[in-house]
Amino acid sequence: MADFINNIFGIGDSWVGYLIAALIAAVLILHVVAVGALLFIWMERKISGRIQDRLGPTRVGGKYGWLQTLADGIKLIAKEDITPDLADRFLFKIAPYVGLAASYAAFIALPFADGVVAQHVNTAVFFVLAVLGLEVFSVILAGYASGSKWSLFGAMREAAQVVSYEVPLGMCVVVPVMICGTMNLTTIGNMQAGLFTNWLVFNDPFTFLTAIIYFTCATAGVNRAPFDLAEAESELVAGFHTEYSGLRWSLFFMAEYSSMFVVSALASILFFGGSHGPIPVGQWIGETIGGTWGLNISRIIGVGNLLLKGLIGVTVMMWIRWTFPRLRIDQVMTMCLKYCVPLAALGFIGATTWQYLDLPTANSLVGNPRYEKHEMWTEGVEVTPAADASPASGIPDPEPHQEDKTANADSVTVKTLPVSVVKGGER
Amino acid sequence: MSEIPLVSELRAKFGEGIIDVNLEAIDEWVELNPSVLVEVCQFLKEAEGFRFDMCNSITVVDYLETDPKKAAKVDWEPHLEVVYHLSSIATKLTLVLKVKIPRWKNGVEGELPTVPSVAGVWATADWHEREAYDLSGVNFLGHPHLKRILCPDDWEGHPLRKDYEMPLEYHGIRGR
Amino acid sequence: MATSKIDDPRVIEFDVRTDEMLINMGPQHPSTHGVLRLVLRTDGEVVSDVEPHLGYLHRCAEKIGENLTARQWIPYTDRMDYLAAMNMNLGWSLVIEKLLEYDLPERGRHLRVIISEMGRIASHLVAMGTYGLDLGSFTPFLYGFREREKILNLFEEACGARLTYSYLTPGGATADLPVGWTDKCRQFLNQFKEVIPELHTLLTTNSIFVSRTAGIGVMSAKMAVDYGCTGPVLRGSGVYHDLRFHGEERYTEMYEGYVFDVICADPETGKYPESNYEFHGDSLDYPEIPRQAILGDCWHRFYVRMLEVVQSVRLIEQAIEKYEATSGDWGTPIKLVQKLPAKEAYMETEAPRGQMGFYVVGNGDSIPWRVRARSSSFCNLSVTAPLCQGILLADIPAIVGSLDVVMGEIDR
Repeated sequence: MADFINNIFGIGDSWVGYLIAALIAAVLILHVVAVGALLFIWMERKISGRIQDRLGPTRVGGKYGWLQTLADGIKLIAKEDITPDLADRFLFKIAPYVGLAASYAAFIALPFADGVVAQHVNTAVFFVLAVLGLEVFSVILAGYASGSKWSLFGAMREAAQVVSYEVPLGMCVVVPVMICGTMNLTTIGNMQAGLFTNWLVFNDPFTFLTAIIYFTCATAGVNRAPFDLAEAESELVAGFHTEYSGLRWSLFFMAEYSSMFVVSALASILFFGGSHGPIPVGQWIGETIGGTWGLNISRIIGVGNLLLKGLIGVTVMMWIRWTFPRLRIDQVMTMCLKYCVPLAALGFIGATTWQYLDLPTANSLVGNPRYEKHEMWTEGVEVTPAADASPASGIPDPEPHQEDKTANADSVTVKTLPVSVVKGGER
Repeated sequence: MSEIPLVSELRAKFGEGIIDVNLEAIDEWVELNPSVLVEVCQFLKEAEGFRFDMCNSITVVDYLETDPKKAAKVDWEPHLEVVYHLSSIATKLTLVLKVKIPRWKNGVEGELPTVPSVAGVWATADWHEREAYDLSGVNFLGHPHLKRILCPDDWEGHPLRKDYEMPLEYHGIRGR
Repeated sequence: MATSKIDDPRVIEFDVRTDEMLINMGPQHPSTHGVLRLVLRTDGEVVSDVEPHLGYLHRCAEKIGENLTARQWIPYTDRMDYLAAMNMNLGWSLVIEKLLEYDLPERGRHLRVIISEMGRIASHLVAMGTYGLDLGSFTPFLYGFREREKILNLFEEACGARLTYSYLTPGGATADLPVGWTDKCRQFLNQFKEVIPELHTLLTTNSIFVSRTAGIGVMSAKMAVDYGCTGPVLRGSGVYHDLRFHGEERYTEMYEGYVFDVICADPETGKYPESNYEFHGDSLDYPEIPRQAILGDCWHRFYVRMLEVVQSVRLIEQAIEKYEATSGDWGTPIKLVQKLPAKEAYMETEAPRGQMGFYVVGNGDSIPWRVRARSSSFCNLSVTAPLCQGILLADIPAIVGSLDVVMGEIDR
């Protein structure tokens, strides 16, 4: 995009283009975070209402109360920002921003569709996980700085829980990385293009298991019920955000909901086909129309797909929250160490063995070749024959990056076509 | 109610300790000397055939008529009555024990009268005695941690005494 | 906090070791059921000592009772266990009737059974819901309240109030049930019976719920009796004792001719009475007891309440039939200023939370000389301290919630 902007202004390879591109991306992601949080909180209210046999918000903003969250947001902004006397003022004040920044930063490497990503990161999986893990700092800071024992309890619980759940979470994420042979989320997503049998979750029984474990651990990792011990209201009053009020308190909420979306979106990219629908309609439309327009239309459909999948993931998390009681801290740790870690390890070993022994996968069973165009629309890469056949479908010509391009292309060619991939495609 | 064998057995065992028995009352009661209270309770709890394993309630009734006109008519001297309501889950019997004590120890106003604690017999008596101490001002001797339970720790006076007067002010809050 | 006059060896010291923390849970805490305050001494997540502090809702009900006539005190009984105010009214009414040696006509007896058992269902629904809430599950709470609202609607129709009824009075009730009330009640019961399995699915058999409650806060039968626990807490420990069966004659005769079970596990086999109650032609089966559950734990206390609801439905169905079959007077409320004889009477009834006792001493005047309420929750709560030793912090709401205390009744 930077090049595109620079081309418009005709200023060659200038930093201005990069700055503007970054700003545009930042603002767009901010909207995903903020509007997403508004939507999710409204959804949570409506869904919990329906689950509990009541209506939920019905007044503000018309029949469905869809402006309720906005009204609450205005109320929260207008509320007094209280800092307790015992609090460590500086840490207390920055804690919510740290949390929001962490879950916000995770969006940077999250591809909403092929090529629709703020910044291409070759190790996007690693980046997203690492940055999401930073969120725990905000909770620890908040709990420690509040000067309240209940907050401290919440923080300690959160630290113990999130840190331990990162182990099985990481092991689950390794499985798609291993199958696809890349840590680039765009590539992983693209490798699942085509019919839904291409989705990694249906690759073999072990990936299916891994997907379930991933979702469980992700729920625990973002502190959603039944793992919401850090804010268990029946035990710890409100946990780490007991002493917060007004806007700072709502920032915690925004962080929570956006990281919920991030892990759901990550789940859909890693296991559920990413921006590709169950039936490759978007791809088909894109190819039929062809050219830049076709590409863009299929991208828009892809973004829709990913958002929809993320929403489904978030909805499932809400459904779980409003159905189950909360686990106890030792049970949470037991579940992680005694069940999730071994099962994740089993999934990893099983999936590896499956690949190694070249056992049939879902897509091979239905005779649907996989990965045929997996690099088609990746920016700066023109590797596959399909991309060669329709050069117009590439990104606006990235002339200034001649050297990078070749380097990239080489590396990608080597990296993304491991043995298993080729075999999968041939079968 | 098969109170009769119970009373005769009590009389045989504790003799002088049993001051009065009233079998005509709505709930039959036995009046005891405070000195034998704990032994009687222990006996009633463990004796085969009675097994009063539950102490339902401990109440202190303050007999003091503050109105001088009415006080002239009553037929009792001012005193406190500690009433123990016992029942048995094993035998389904019920029994009321009474202990009469003076309103103040040695007649000195402010010194709480004493009764031996039965908290060692029934664990539930612990809180009941704390409540009785708090509201009626009876010092249960041998209670593990006799302190106020319903009123604040620094409250003055015992509200269920008939001559109790609400303090004028408590930590700046107007009382009366 | 100022020190008490009496030296207390167990007064909590404030110079604790560095690895122990003294935490104040309540009186403003979401899971302490009102204004209970627990002072916890914790070592990390492990609680080593719990000290309950009461009295934040003390309203001097007993002192007020010494200044009001028997009927005037009825509204104060409402405010004791405000979740089962009908049963509180009943307890006070019965003790005054006992003092006055007044016998209720038959129709009034059946009316009281209907009303008090409805009160029991309403109360147990709240107990179920708030217990779910204590364990972090919000939905059962609203399911419980949805059904409770229907009972409250029926109560409102009968007496005009939804929370503090003052409906049952010494001598009967303030009014007979309105015309058509029994049909509505039947309608409610029929749809409520279908809801009960739903509630079981949400909590009783839910595996997270089981893992949170089974084996937690185990109280032996001996300990339960020793601490004066009554009601579902006592029966949850396997003690076969229900005043509706084993109480005083004046109370048990209310239930004469009724068929129902005392919900209590056999301490030897650990089995509950078979569900021999049918609706829609199907037996209303009780859910299986999970493997991890130990007699006397939180799960059993909860389970007893859930099964008692079924028994109450059974009782109400019988009571409605009997009530409709009898005609005549439902009892005459005593005069507002009724002279009480110079006698004393004590009586306990089986309220939803346990045995609620009232003690009244008359002196020939219309105002009783002494009034005393023996609170079931008060005794049930006294077991908290010994139960909550060496447990995890998260078990405290589970244990206190399973005792199902109402602070209004404890503090009076």
